This record gives sequence, structure tokens and C-alpha cells, in this order.
Amino acid sequence: MPKREDIKKILVIGSGPIVIGQAAEFDYAGTQACQALKEEGYEVILINSNPATIMTDTSMADKVYIEPITYEFVSRIIRQERPDGLLPTLGGQTGLNMAVELQKSGILDEYNVELLGTKLHSIEQAEDRDLFRTLMNDLNEPVPPSAIIHTLAEAYEFVAEIGYPIIVRPAYTLGGTGGGLVYNEEDLIEIVTSGLKYSPVTQCLIEKSIAGFKEVEYEVMRDGKDQAIVVCNMENIDPVGIHTGDSIVVAPSQTLSDREYQMLRDSSLKIIRALGIEGGCNVQFALDPDSYQYYIIEVNPRVSRSSALASKATGYPIAKIAAKIAAGYALDEIMNPITKTTYASFEPALDYVVSKIPRWPFDKFEAANRTLGTQMKATGEVMAIGRNLEESLLKAVRSLEANVLHLQIDKLKDLSQVELEHRLQKADDERLFIVAESFRRGYTVEQLWELTKIDRFFLNKISGIVQFEDELKKAPFNVEVLQAGKELGFADDIIAKLWNVTEREIYDFRYEKGIVPVYKMVDTCAAEFASETPYFYGTYEDENESIITEKKSIVVLGSGPIRIGQGIEFDYATVHTVLAIKEAGYEAIIINNNPETVSTDFSISDKLYFEPLAVEDVMHIINHEQPLGVIVQFGGQTAINLADELSARGVTILGTSLEAMDQAENRDKFEQALQKLQIPQPLGRTATSVAEAVEIAKTIGYPVLVRPSYVLGGRAMEIVYQEAELLRYMENAAKINPKHPVLIDRYLIGKEIEVDAICDGETVVIPGIMEHIERAGVHSGDSIAVYPPQSLTEATKQKIIERTIKLAKGLDIVGLLNIQFVLHEDEVYVLEVNPRSSRTVPFLSKITGVPMANLATKAILGLKLRDLGYETGYVKESKEVSVKVPVFSFAKLRDVDITLGPEMKSTGEVMGRDYSLEKALYKGLVASGMKIPTHGSVLFTVADKDKEEALEIIRRFHRIGYHILATEGTAKRIKEENIPVTVVNKIGDQKPNMLDVIRQGEAQFVINTLTKGKQPARDGFRIRRESVENGVVCLTSIDTAEALLRVLELITFAADAMPSFNEPKVMVTTK
Amino acid sequence: MKRQLILENGAVFVGKGFGSEREMSGEVVFNTGMTGYQEILSDPSYCAQIVTLTYPLIGNYGINRDDFESIKPSINGLIVKEAAKHPSNWRHEESIDDLLKALDIPGLEGIDTRKLTRMIRNVGTLRGRICSMDVDVEAVVNELKNLTLPTNQVSQVSTKVPYASPGRGYRVVLVDFGMKKGILRELNNRDCDVVVVPYNTTAEEILRLNPDGIMLSNGPGDPVDVPEAVVMIKKLLGQVPIFGICLGHQLLALASGAKTTKLKFGHRGSNHPVKELATGKIAITAQNHGYTVEQESIKDIRIAVTHVAVNDGTVEGIEHLDYPAFSVQYHPEASPGPEDANYLFERFMELMKNNIEQKAGTRG
Repeated sequence: MPKREDIKKILVIGSGPIVIGQAAEFDYAGTQACQALKEEGYEVILINSNPATIMTDTSMADKVYIEPITYEFVSRIIRQERPDGLLPTLGGQTGLNMAVELQKSGILDEYNVELLGTKLHSIEQAEDRDLFRTLMNDLNEPVPPSAIIHTLAEAYEFVAEIGYPIIVRPAYTLGGTGGGLVYNEEDLIEIVTSGLKYSPVTQCLIEKSIAGFKEVEYEVMRDGKDQAIVVCNMENIDPVGIHTGDSIVVAPSQTLSDREYQMLRDSSLKIIRALGIEGGCNVQFALDPDSYQYYIIEVNPRVSRSSALASKATGYPIAKIAAKIAAGYALDEIMNPITKTTYASFEPALDYVVSKIPRWPFDKFEAANRTLGTQMKATGEVMAIGRNLEESLLKAVRSLEANVLHLQIDKLKDLSQVELEHRLQKADDERLFIVAESFRRGYTVEQLWELTKIDRFFLNKISGIVQFEDELKKAPFNVEVLQAGKELGFADDIIAKLWNVTEREIYDFRYEKGIVPVYKMVDTCAAEFASETPYFYGTYEDENESIITEKKSIVVLGSGPIRIGQGIEFDYATVHTVLAIKEAGYEAIIINNNPETVSTDFSISDKLYFEPLAVEDVMHIINHEQPLGVIVQFGGQTAINLADELSARGVTILGTSLEAMDQAENRDKFEQALQKLQIPQPLGRTATSVAEAVEIAKTIGYPVLVRPSYVLGGRAMEIVYQEAELLRYMENAAKINPKHPVLIDRYLIGKEIEVDAICDGETVVIPGIMEHIERAGVHSGDSIAVYPPQSLTEATKQKIIERTIKLAKGLDIVGLLNIQFVLHEDEVYVLEVNPRSSRTVPFLSKITGVPMANLATKAILGLKLRDLGYETGYVKESKEVSVKVPVFSFAKLRDVDITLGPEMKSTGEVMGRDYSLEKALYKGLVASGMKIPTHGSVLFTVADKDKEEALEIIRRFHRIGYHILATEGTAKRIKEENIPVTVVNKIGDQKPNMLDVIRQGEAQFVINTLTKGKQPARDGFRIRRESVENGVVCLTSIDTAEALLRVLELITFAADAMPSFNEPKVMVTTK
Repeated sequence: MKRQLILENGAVFVGKGFGSEREMSGEVVFNTGMTGYQEILSDPSYCAQIVTLTYPLIGNYGINRDDFESIKPSINGLIVKEAAKHPSNWRHEESIDDLLKALDIPGLEGIDTRKLTRMIRNVGTLRGRICSMDVDVEAVVNELKNLTLPTNQVSQVSTKVPYASPGRGYRVVLVDFGMKKGILRELNNRDCDVVVVPYNTTAEEILRLNPDGIMLSNGPGDPVDVPEAVVMIKKLLGQVPIFGICLGHQLLALASGAKTTKLKFGHRGSNHPVKELATGKIAITAQNHGYTVEQESIKDIRIAVTHVAVNDGTVEGIEHLDYPAFSVQYHPEASPGPEDANYLFERFMELMKNNIEQKAGTRG
């Protein structure tokens, strides 16, 4: 079946903002799909609300719409563009749900838009629990006993029959939102109720728990000719019960015999055929560890996180092939892009072991419930490749950047036996490390199997790692033992600790003895066929396959796993750096370990090393490749953190020098630089002891902003209003990073302004100035940013521009810099300067058309911005207003306070763009997932200090017809203003109280600025969580509320009675 | 204990021995399957070969009672990256090390198996020896260069006497050239009344059994080394339906006038795509062969190509244009490997049914 000629124009739907359960993997999938379709000569129209993606670059599609993925906006684009086809299966659950909605609305039929690839019927059959179960029964494929329920009463009925434990899975939700394991009646009420709420169709599947079974996944592809293949299978180290996105996964399966492998392969092929999927599909199985009994857990009729992992694990580009299948091709007509000599209709053979470990946000959300279950909590993941399981696993561990380089977390030594065993049974994010700790304490494989049900195969491997620690300890500087340790994947760091020397000594000793890794190719075929693909991993073996070319090369460090504070924006910049290096005529080499991203697509760079971003691993590659230098400023904090040590080992860091970076990041040096440049900054000083901190705060006056130096995403940053709070903070902050002192600054209330600029040492280009909606104090990543600024005077702008230019030159920046200013009483103060790529680079690049990462890279490589057509100054502002709106994943993270503050909490972002601020805001808020009803009630619970400001907001809500709800104190003040208000009981008072109001959906918006704090017990916290749990919009900043109001005022009308004209008339006098 | 693999081209791979400590030589081949090591090492088609498995972790799920493809494995050696010390699976009974010790087959682990695979891919199949560290490498290389590889593997692995595996369906005579148990299992699953006969059984002896169909099994080595089978098949053609697998396929081709030739490094693995020309459809197949039927040699004879390998275009299936006989180069019985081609057994059943009906028709 050749390519379809009857369609010309194809609409691709992206996945929108990054949230837990739907991350960078869909940028990877979408980018591949767009490229694949363009390659075939189709006109590609893309819609995605996420500006931080590569797929929304205008070069990726013929037309890119960065608009909300809602019926309202997508249908508008369909009417305008009249596409012939729609590809819905590459945009995650968001894309899929959108396609279903479009189809059901009839608009696709009306405009003759054909759903390409997998058909709607198939999607529904896989997604709808009822239809799916029916199909499985018809196919004779086993599913666990279960029931579809729509009410809590139905859940009770099921439990009466089957008993506990059961698993609750809400229908049509991302990453299992709202679901969970239920052991008793209390859990049942809580989880079923929330599950029903989160399911857009108020439907949950409840099923008998098969916890303890092996969890195995198959990635399957099928074409229109009914040819189907398995790309890869994967085995979760964690048995059934933990969401696959939160599980440690290896590929291929390790403990399945061929009989079991083929049994599940046959089943997955039978299913993909019965569903009629045309493209990629993921089938999840539970396999009894003691028999051939298996159950189908779930089928995803689209590309997924697992398919991105499978693509990187095997080299087989699932999304690309899926797009070609949608365009009409059959598998045997598509070349295998890795070998370029074989076809896509084969099954990859691996000759290595792949491990994936999720990256969780618990370092940021200390209060969060860390227990893992059916609801995904990880924000990202890392992957590592090795020639044995131990190597693969240990490489993955050190890729996590969680301050661990080995299966060892020191604080776990303090766990009591009870705690230890509890945490082995009820898995949390540290279980892998707890298993290792248990072996150190002498637990046996059998004991741990009893507690964890992790297959003995894996337990033995971990036990072996722990045992080898002793081998190492016994034999300092023994070459054979060292070689064996490195083959097992041990980091220099842990060997150094065991031998009581520095890491550097181990590293030097290894080079002396020739114990260095070689690089093997990922070639889809276990070396059976010659392959050209420059995709490598390191291992301690004989033959090296990574051949050094004559061409001069540059190494780019990627940004590692996606986490809060370091998201897809950094991958975006990394990809553009790589492309710019290629444009400039050098060989671009990338090192990264995140399987979800575009940067680890082997077709992006000249060479991809899929390796941990740890010093030794990076050094091995540099020693092997001998590049001109390394670029670190696009890989976020990950890459920056490596710069010092790389430089100390003789590596050239390209772009802004280390000294210059230190000048911007070291508090004292920065202060000196600012004084020299005569740029004001809020009063502040560095404290190295608690006493000093107290003294400093007293001198500069409260409120103060405190934070450790060198932080990521405002981690541990807090606004402190009094000494007691400061003392509590100091106690916790000192624990976080003892090497670095704590910064104490005067907290200036005012408008926050953010600027990104590019400097080559001579020319400073400022593509844009952004104004934040939320006042300073809310982390810039959690604020709504507006471009161009709407409320700044020309004079202020001039000041900002001048200061930016001065800073760029004065701090010797070569490449990118990001500055945060605060406008306080007409003076522009510098809050911080980041001498590197920032979160706003993709947003600004897209709305201003200035290819920032590209220009910065060229400046780093020595080209002059002037020769590239740029001059020093501010690029002319565009007429359109664009806003960047943060997106949070609070629904997935129980016990996390949603209050905005200096510490970043958002996981993603969307963009809204239109001709007025209000319209742009509307799009941005809608795209971020906010429901904006045009009438209803608003519940106010505001702190005393905010009451006066809140009154203005309340008046405006009232004016457009909203009903006001408030607690007694606030209500009294509102009544004084002659605004009708309903008093709501406080928490703890008689029912119905505030929580009931929220629970019962009586308030459409909740505006809550109650005492912020990390104590979950506080009322404010309970109100905010209750809102999140119930899907009610809850705003914690008066500024955000005001922005929302502006939108509401735009889309509604005032409900004012005609004036009575009773007052005496004022005459306009004329002469 | 340190042991090594020495190859005829002078290459030496030092690793650790497991299994037997015997010194053994043979043709070194590689298989890319990620599961199914027990089936592979007991597949008689590998008779006298040293098998390298490209997947690095072997023995993870241990050795069980059920998955042997022959009663007495006949490989001359097994090379892996890592032989599992702690296998885990509910059917597991012993480790791969225990098994190879019991069978007196040498194993070698801890070498760069990918390097070895790439070497074989580039220069073709090589003769090699697994031996201790004390040998004179140069002398071994010379010996290997002059080593005459055996040509009698089929006689080694074929059953010596006929035996029955009864059923109530079609009577199938299964000629054992080094049969994998899987073939017999598939026939038994279809209730065939199977008689397994030695490779050198004559056509007359077979016809005396009054079969409804004849199954030519897989087996080791070069098909021209078993000329008696070619004679036998020639006589059987047209008498009863024939289905050949692997070596059986090559023998059917030779009997029909085609030629066979040795491949550079063969097809061995569980991921080989094969296209059926009639439907244009792909099946993923398990393969294990070092020889192939020459495409050119088929042109002027009464044979049509029915299947080809997607990767290199070699012949993977043929059918006779005049008689009810067909064969495939790959393994529809799988074990190990994908079961996509299992439908071929149905086709064989169909062929037998039609033939019987036709006979009945001509008689009646």
C-alpha cells in the first residue's frame, strides 16, 4: 500500500502543557510525526498550546497554531484550514480526547476531515472500560474480575462480592488521576469519590487487585495491511500495583522464558488486530510469577510514554513509523531508519539491557505523600544502557541527579527496622535504595521477596551489587577488582568512598591502568547488520565502535530528567544549540539521559551518547572525542553544575567563562559587580551562620527573602516576615546544602520584570521584556508572563534596556543571560542574573521570531551578532500580546500546598496570543485547563493584609453578576460596601462549612490568600486542597484573580440597573 | 576459571569458562534471539557448532523440564556475555552452568560477544575452539585452519529407529534429519498419527507406512551432505503431500532440481521478517540456517518461490508447481521465537485433506 494521494493537508494535535503523566515524550512523538508527514510532501497543520516544545517551531509544520486544545479553538482552526485528515494518536490522552470530542460533535463529518491512523471506534474500544472488557471476553483474553461503576453504591456492591484489596481506575484520565489501591472502606469512599469526579464521564473501573504479579508491557505496531510486529517488551521491576510511569522498568524482559514471552506476544498481536489499530499501541500485562496465568491490565491505542522509552531503548522510532502508517504505508514499505538497509517490518533485537527510573518531585514537595500506587507522581524519567543489568541500573541511578551516585542514600541508615519493612511493603520513591539498605543489614533475598514481591532475579542482582561493595572495600587499588567494579557499573564516587580516597584519584588511577569504557552502537539488530546510526552507550568491554571523525566537534550537555524547575524548555534550547552547531559547520555531539525528549532522538545530532550526566561519564566521552569544547549553558542546572569539575579536569567550557558565571551566581562578587556598574539591587547579604542571618535580617528589615545560594527553580526559597519564621527556615535550609551559604534579601513589593538577552561580548540583543502578572515573590516560573509589557512606561523600559546591556557586557556574558528585575517605587532593581538559557527562551523565541538559542550558540562559537544582522538594543515589540501561563499538576500530588510563592511548583506552561491582553489571557487560562464559567459564585477567604485589595476584586465580581461567598470576618467587611454576600461557616464550625461548599460544587472559583505555610493542618491548606481535589479553580494570588477578572469582564457584561437619576444634576456650564 | 575462544583468523577472546571444561572446536555462529536459549542450545540444527548468543544475559529464567527441543543437545559450545548465577522462574530447575556440565558441553562467558558477532558479520562464519589458557594459540589457529568440519551431523542427530507418536488424525511420516521437538508437537496438536523415521529411510519404506503426508524436518549442516534423502524425496514427490522445514526445505529444493549455497553468516534469530508473495504479507519468523536455496537455480524448474526474506531477499519458501509439496526455510513451529507462521501447519493439513478427497474422487 503506497502513500495516500487523496489527502493533502493533515492536522496534527499536540498534547498541550507538560503535566504529570503527559510530558516531553509527546514533543518527541509529535516532532517525529510532523517531520515524517512533511517528508512525504503533506501540508502539515499543527495545534499545540505548549510553546516550550520543538514541535511548535514554525519549521516543524507548514502552519503552527499555538492555541488552546479545546473544541472552541480546534474547531475554529478546522473551519479555517479545511484539512483533509486529522492525526489524533500522537498527542497523548489530550490529543485523543480532543479527537473524540471533535468526531462526536459532527464537525469532522461536516468538513470531510478523515481521522487518520487508528479509527475512533478502535480508540473507544480500547479506552472505554466496558467496551474493552467486552472485546477481551470475545477474544478470550483474560481480564481481572472487575466492574464498571458510576456511583459509590455500585462500588460497595462489588466489594461485597469480591472483597478487598481492589484497584480503582477512573475512565479517560491521564496518568491514572484520581485512582488508587483500596484496602478498606475508608479508602473506598475517598478514592471512588475522587475517581468519579476526575473521570469526564463519571465512570470508574474497579477490579480485583492482582498486586504481586509481574508487570510486563509490549509495544506493538500494526499497519493497514494487518501486519503487526512487537517493537519491544519491557518488564517492571516493581510488580503490579504501581503505575508503570512510576515503576522501575527494564527492557527487554529478563525473567520471562520464551514460552511466556511468545504467549504475551501472541496476545498483544491478537489485541492490536482485534482493535484494528493502525499505528502504535501499548499492551500492559500482569503475569502470575507461578503459572502461565496472565491478565490484560490496559491497552493504550496511541503512542505513549512507554513507546518513547521503547523507541530510545531499541532505536526503532515508533512515532515516525506510526505517522507513515497513518499516511497509508505498510511496514514493509518503510525503511528502518537505523540500519538504512533493512525494513520497519521486523522486531528489534537488543544486545544490551535498558533501565528506566522515574524522577519524582518529592525533593520539592516535602509534604507530599510519597507512596506509589496507581496514580502516577513522577515528572520525568531517566534511561541508561549497559551490557549487564547492574551496569544499566547503576548508570540510571547516577543519571537521576538526586545527589546519589550509587544504590545508597545515607539517611536510610537511620531507619528503624519497622520503618524499613513498612517502606519495603508499601513502595515509595526510595524503595530501590531501601532494598539495597536491607541487604546491607543482612536481609536475605527470600525475606525481601516476601516483603516486596520483586522478582528474585532482580533482588539477587541488587544483592550482588551490595556484596561487591565488600569486595571493593577489601581490595584497594586492586586492578582486577576495580575492572570488575566498573563492569558492574560502580561509580568512581562510591569506589572512592570505599577506598577512602578522592574520586579524582580513582579516575586518574583508572586512566593509568587503561580501565576506560568503550562505546557500543544501538543498532536495532544486535550487530547482525551494518548500521550507520551514531547512537552510542558506554560500557567496559573490548571493542569501541564510536569512530572519531576528522571534523571538529563540539559537545553539548543536555538537561537530564524533567523535573519541576527544569522542564522541557531546556531540552528545547539544547536541540537548537545542536542544530546551530551543525549549521556553523562543526560536528555536534550530545550527551543526555532522558528518553522522553527530542534531544535524544538520534537523528537530531551528529552523535548521540546516551549516558549519565555525571562527571566521570562526561569526561570519558570528552577524552574519547577530543572536542573543541563543551557548551553547558543550555542544559539548565544539570550542565552548569558539571562545569567546574570539567574545567578542573582540563575541559574547555565554551561561551560565558566560569569566572563570569561565578560573578553572576556568587552573591558577594555579584554585589561588587553591580556596585561597579551602578545598578541597584535589594539590600541583602550572605549569611554563613544562624546568628549572622538573624543579625542581617534585623539590619535590612522584614520581610526578607531567604534562599540557599545556587538553587534550582527557587528551591527552598521563602519570604519570611518575622524572626521566628527565619529561625525555623535556617534550620531546614542548612540541611539542604551545607556547602553553600544562605542569601538574605530585602523583599521588595512590586512588579516583576524578566528579560532574556544574547551577548557576544560586543553586541547585546534583547528580544523581549516580559512583565509578570503576579507581583515579585511568586516564582517567575509560576507567574503569568506578558509580552510586550502592558503597564511599563517608556522611561522604565529604557532603564531596563540600559541595565540589561550594562549587565551583559559588565558580567562578560558570551551567550544567553536571563535577568529578573523588580519595579519598586519607580526604581528598577535587579533581583538576579542567570548567565545561561532560561525557561522563557522558547516562549520569547516564538513570539519575537528571534532564534535565541541559535544566535547564542553562534556567539559562543565566535561568530559576531552584528554579522548575523543584529545590533545592540531592544527588538521592536510586536502588536500581538502573548502570555505564558503556568500549569500545575496538583491533582496528582496529594498533600502538596498549592499556594504560589518563591518556590516553583508548576510542571508546564501554555501560551495565549491575541490582539489584547484580555484575549490573550483568556486563551492562556483556558489552555492551562481552567474552566471559566461566566456566572456562579466566588468564595473569598483572604488574609487581613489582602482585604482592602480584595474588596475591589469582589466589587468587580459582583458587578458582572457573580454571587459572593465569604467567611464571617470578610463578609462583614463586604456588607459594609453594600455588596450582597452569603456567610459560609469556617472549617470546624457547624456543617455545612466551607469545605462542604467546595465539595458540593457551590463555588466556581475560590480565592484564598490565607496564611501560607507548609503545615497541612492549617485551614488555608485544607481549603486549597479541597478545591484541587474537587476540580474547583483556586487562586492564591490577588494578582492572578485580577487577571481572571479582566477575562471575565471581557467575555461577560455588567449587570447594572439603570441609574435612578435622583441626585441633583450637575450642569456643564457654558459661557 | 579463565578460558578462551580461539578463532581461525587468529582472534582470541579471553573469558571465563562454565559448563564442561572439555576442549571443543566447531563453526562459530551467532543467534540474536533475546529469549529461548534452552530451545536454541538443544536444537539439533546447531549440531557441532559453537553458538554465540548476542543477548548478553543468558540463563535468567533457568533451565526447565519442558523447553528442550531434543533429548540430547548436540552443540559443541555456548558463548554468552553473562551466564546467570541466580535464575528465577517458576519452571526453573537448574542453571545453565549445571546443564552444560551435565551434558559435557563447554561454555564461555565474559567476552565481548558483540565484537565477536561483528567479526562474524564482517568476515563470515569462522571456525573456533573453546579451550584452556595453556594452549599454544598459534598452533590452535593452524589446527583450526586445517580442520575439516564434519559432514555427518545429520546421521549423528537423526533417530536411529522409527517410532510412533500416535494420534487419530492424518498419518504423517516425519523424516528426522535432526528434528526439533516442536515440529512433532505441532503435528500432535493437530491429532496427527505421526511416525518418526530416520533420515536414511527409503521412499519405499515410507510409502509402506501408507502416509497421508510427509514432513521433512529441520536438521544441521549442508543439504548436499545427505544425498540419500534427495533420492528419497524425488521418489516421494507426487505420491503424497510433502511439507519441508529448514533443512527439509533445502532437500525438497534439491530434489526438485534447485541448488543450494552457503550464506556468509546465515540467519539465526527470532526476528526475521518474511514476505509471503501471494498475499504480500509479512510474518516475523524464527530462523536458523547457514545455507539457502539459490534463487537463480529455480528459474527453469517446476518450482515457484512463495516466500522471501525481507532483509536480504533470499528464498524463504517454495512450492512445487506439479505436486502437492511446499517448504519453508524458517521455523513455523517456533520454540523459540514468534508463532506468526504457525498457519503453515494448517496449510499442510489442508493439503493432506485435499489430496485424500481428490484420491477418493478419482477412485469414485
